[in-house]
Amino acid sequence: MTEGPQDALYREVVLDHHRHPRGARPLERFDVQASGKNPSCGDEVTLQVAFDGDRIAAVGVLSQGCAISTSSGSMMAELVVGRTVEEAAQVAERFKKVMHGDDVPAEVDLGDLEALTGVRKFPVRVKCALLPWITLLDAILARRQGRAASDRVMDVTFEERS
Amino acid sequence: MRQSGRSTDVDSLATGLARDRFPLLARTIGDRPLHYLDTAATSQKPEAVLAALAHFYRHQNANVHRGLNTLAEEATEAYERCRRRVAGWVGAPDAAGVVITRGATSSLNLLAHGLEHLLLPGDEILLTEMEHHANLVPWQMLARRRGLQLRFIPVRDDGELDLDRLPELLGERTRVVSLVHASNVLGTVNPVAEVADRSRQRGILTVVDAAQSAGHLPLDFAAVGADFLVFSAHKAYGPMGLGFLVARPEALERLEPLEGGGEMIEWVDLESSTWAEVPRRFEAGTPNVAAAAAFPAAIDLIEELGAPAIRRHEAAVTAYALDCLQDLGGLTIYGPADSERRGGLVSFWDPLVHPHDLSTILDRHGVVVRAGHHCAQPLHRRLGVPATTRASFGLYTRRDDIDALIEGIRDARKVFAR
Repeated sequence: MTEGPQDALYREVVLDHHRHPRGARPLERFDVQASGKNPSCGDEVTLQVAFDGDRIAAVGVLSQGCAISTSSGSMMAELVVGRTVEEAAQVAERFKKVMHGDDVPAEVDLGDLEALTGVRKFPVRVKCALLPWITLLDAILARRQGRAASDRVMDVTFEERS
Repeated sequence: MRQSGRSTDVDSLATGLARDRFPLLARTIGDRPLHYLDTAATSQKPEAVLAALAHFYRHQNANVHRGLNTLAEEATEAYERCRRRVAGWVGAPDAAGVVITRGATSSLNLLAHGLEHLLLPGDEILLTEMEHHANLVPWQMLARRRGLQLRFIPVRDDGELDLDRLPELLGERTRVVSLVHASNVLGTVNPVAEVADRSRQRGILTVVDAAQSAGHLPLDFAAVGADFLVFSAHKAYGPMGLGFLVARPEALERLEPLEGGGEMIEWVDLESSTWAEVPRRFEAGTPNVAAAAAFPAAIDLIEELGAPAIRRHEAAVTAYALDCLQDLGGLTIYGPADSERRGGLVSFWDPLVHPHDLSTILDRHGVVVRAGHHCAQPLHRRLGVPATTRASFGLYTRRDDIDALIEGIRDARKVFAR
């Protein structure tokens, strides 16, 4: 089998996160629960986020979906725990920009998320990679507004580009 | 390759029918030959249809029913010939009962709007749990406008409609029954004639969505016995942007037009207008004349091969695919187990590989399938699965297409093995 562009999609680090997803267990105690759903493919993610003051203390990532969305959620669990809400939101915004093909300064470290940038070659799959992150931004917004829950159905085509 | 047995012993299984007349099937995906298994989304087009499309635009392009000149006359004749050809093909009693639309979805919207004035708040429309969104959403919109109740024939675990429930579901207030002939997810071929017959006894109008059966199963308007039959050309080897609503002309007379505009009128004053005769009353604006001019070439092919032979072939491909998928093990396969009870498609769920990932890996093998909910979200909720992978077949599908699918699933399982 010759190597096709799909190999840029399913890189080993992506598959590893898919096979052994980090943070994939419900939390006993959390402050906000946010759900995101992608109606076009049936991907669903529920995030449980526990805060310690301004920091994210723990994240439970309960995913049901394709390898791209589960590995993206797993990478998120690794990246955001221990960070401030502000820092986590920055990572989410940068990842969104990268996935939409915008230029991002080279010094921005996306960690394992770099491995997901191959998804850009498959425009219909970009929303799979973004689902956990957009849901995280929902959770952060809910926290700031003093709500304990958030539920969103992602727009099929125009998931927020802001 | 699997050794074939029982119903898969059909000569055409190895070669497909008339495959060499479909030029697109000769292309490659990367360095792999194309294995097109998404005919339920849209069929590929034979050379004769492509040539007819080009011929229309090269030699006859003009609007219909308008100009008093040679070009307009030829275009009008090509357009009206399509109407007559479709009427003859599906056994419509009169070409005047064939409305040319943009597709099955347009036909269903036309019906849901056209019947509105006959319905009162509290009236009921009976659908099924296996409907495509096209035969669900227009009725939901109508129900909301008019204060109607929607009711649904349940789907049994074996993928068949639970018709034991029909006597209680066909109530005093039921006015319309609309159901799919062949499910685009389960493949189930529904006993539409029986449902239409039982509805007619109660004076209930019946609509049959033949989007998946036209061109694939023998289809006869009189035998179905429904008041209205809808389908698209593009799933029956014809061009996109063309579909039909077939009825007796008297039944069309009862419908209010959905779209107003040119061509659908008889006399127009500034304040009011009168409508043209049926079926032109429902054909406002410039239709897709080129598609109409080309579709008869697809019907020619279907009739040349013969509907029973096409059906036999697609059933053999389906039986072979069911056998191969079952041999893989671990898959949940939806719909009737018997290939004689289903149209030419198989939907399945592989717990090892999500449908979207599978679809991407299959693409590397040149295998084109559909992954998702196939415009049937309520049915997927009924099945308890977020998405499925669907392989669907046409007259040109052959054994090596299925073999490539199986090889691709094996490869995907290797990639995603936990």
